[in-house]
Amino acid sequence: MRQIANIAVKEFNDYFTSPIAYIVISIFLVVTGWFFFSTFFLFDRADMRNFFSLLPIIFSFIIPAITMRLFSEEINVGSYEILVTMPVSFVDIALGKFVAALFFTACMLIPTISYPVFISLIGEIDLGPVIGGYIGAFFLGGAYCALGVFSSCLTRNQIIAFIVGVAICFTLTIIDKILFFMPKSIVSFVGFLGAGGHFQSISKGVIDSRDIIYFLSIIFLGLLGTYLVMCKKN
Amino acid sequence: MIQVKNLSKYYNDFCAVDKISLNIKKGEILGLLGPNGAGKTTTLRMLTGFLKPSSGNINIKNLSIFNDSLRIKKLIGYLPESAPLYHNMLVFDYLEYVAKIKGVKKEKRFQRFKRLSKLCGLSQIMHLSINELSKGLKQRVGLAHAMMTDPEILILDEPTSGLDPNQIIEIRDIITRIGKEKTIIISTHILSEAEATCNRIVIINKGKIVADDTSQNLKQKAQKSSCINLSLYNAEQDKAYNVLKEINNSLEIIKKESKEKDIISFEIKSPGDIDIRKDIYLKIKETNWIIAEFIREPQTLEKIFQELTRES
Repeated sequence: MRQIANIAVKEFNDYFTSPIAYIVISIFLVVTGWFFFSTFFLFDRADMRNFFSLLPIIFSFIIPAITMRLFSEEINVGSYEILVTMPVSFVDIALGKFVAALFFTACMLIPTISYPVFISLIGEIDLGPVIGGYIGAFFLGGAYCALGVFSSCLTRNQIIAFIVGVAICFTLTIIDKILFFMPKSIVSFVGFLGAGGHFQSISKGVIDSRDIIYFLSIIFLGLLGTYLVMCKKN
Repeated sequence: MIQVKNLSKYYNDFCAVDKISLNIKKGEILGLLGPNGAGKTTTLRMLTGFLKPSSGNINIKNLSIFNDSLRIKKLIGYLPESAPLYHNMLVFDYLEYVAKIKGVKKEKRFQRFKRLSKLCGLSQIMHLSINELSKGLKQRVGLAHAMMTDPEILILDEPTSGLDPNQIIEIRDIITRIGKEKTIIISTHILSEAEATCNRIVIINKGKIVADDTSQNLKQKAQKSSCINLSLYNAEQDKAYNVLKEINNSLEIIKKESKEKDIISFEIKSPGDIDIRKDIYLKIKETNWIIAEFIREPQTLEKIFQELTRES
C-alpha cells in the first residue's frame, strides 16, 4: 500500500513538473467548455446533461494522452529496469501508475465544477444528476485510465500507446451506438459492453450496482492485462 | 552468498546464457568479463530479478529468485548499463523517491543522502535536473541509487563505460572503497578495469564460462607463456630463422615485416615456461648480427582474453 502511494505520488508530480498537465487540462477545458456552452443557451435548460453526454467521447481521446507515457517512456528510456529491480511488486507498479492517472483525471474535472456553480446562479439546477454525473465521470475516467495504462505497457513508443489507447476507449464508447449492425443474438450483450450507456445511466443520477460493477470490472481487466504484460516482459 | 546453478536464458531460439554455474562468496569483487553480446548483461539481469531464467536457479542468501524475488531485491543494489534514470527529476528528488521506495526511514534519509553525496561526489549537483547531467555524473547518481540502503550485494553493469579517464578512476576508487565490506559483481569488457578492481574474474563467451579464477592466478598463467620480440641488423631472414630454430625445435617463430630498412624481426613463442633468452643471446653472439631489439612481452590478460573468446 505504501509503495503504491510512493509510485502514485511520483507519477502524479511528474505530470505537473512537465508541460503535459497544463496542455492536457487546457485542451480538455477549452473543448468541453466550447461544446457545452455553445449550445447551452439555445436549449435554455439549467442542467449539465449536454456536458456529461460529451464526456465519454472526449475522455476516449484525452485519457490515452494522459496515460500514454506511464510505461512507454520508462521502457524507452530504460528506467523501467530501475523501477522493476527496486523492491516493488508488479501489482504496486500497475496500481501506482493507475492511481496517478486517475487522480490527474480528477484534477482535470475539478475546474468544471465551476459550470454547475455558474448555472445555479442563473437558474434552478437539479443537483442529483450533477453529482451522479461527476461520480459517473470518475468511474468512466478510471475505466479508461486502466485501459490506457494497459495500452502504454504494450509498447515503448508513446504515439502507438496513444493510438491503441484511443482505439480501445473509442470502441467502448461507441459500441452501444452501432448495435444496428449487430446480429440480433448478441445485441443485448454488446449493448452491455458499451461504456457510454452505463455512464449515461449513472449521470442521470441513478446509481445502479450493475453500472458500478461494469466499470470496476473494466478497471480490473485493464490492470490485470497490464500485470500479465509485465510478467511476460520479465 | 550467491549460488547460481545451471542458469540458462533463451530469447526465442537464441541462447544468451548457457548453463552457467557460479558460487560467489561474501566480500568478493567479481568481474564478469566478455566480449559484446557474451551474455554479461543478461546474467546480471537475471541476478537482479529483472529477467526470469529459462532454466536453472539462483539462490541468494538461501532465498530463491523464483519465490522470494521481493526480498532478494531488498538485498541488492543494482546499477543498470548506462544508468537509465528518470530524466525529468532533480537529483535530490530522485534520491528521495528511491529512498522512499527502498524504505529508508524519514529520520535517517537526510543523513544517508549526506553520506552518499560525500561518497559519490554529488554535493554540487543535488539541485540539478538529471537530464542536464553528463554521463559520468549520471553514473554517480546511479551508484548512489544502488547504494541507497547500504545493500549487502552490489551489481554494477559496465559502471565505467563511456566515461573519460578521470571519471573512470573516480568510479573505480569508489568501487574499491565500498568493496571492502560488500559483495560486488561488475560486468565490463575492459580488462584493465577488472584487473584493477576485482579479486576474482569470470570470463564468459557466447553464454558459457570459459575462465574463472582470481585475477592474480590468471596473470601468473599469462606470464608463464611469454613471447619475445627480436629485431636484428645485418641478417638475412631465412638464415636467421634456421639459426633460431636450432635452439629448440618446438619454438614457434613468426617472421614479421619490419618497418625499418636493414632490420629483420621475429616473434618467438616458447611452449611452457622455458626461458630461452639466454640461448638466443648466445646463438646471436656467434654470428655478426647486431641486436636492435630484444623484448620479452609477458602475455597480458588481454591476450588470454583474446584466446579464450576468439571465434572458433
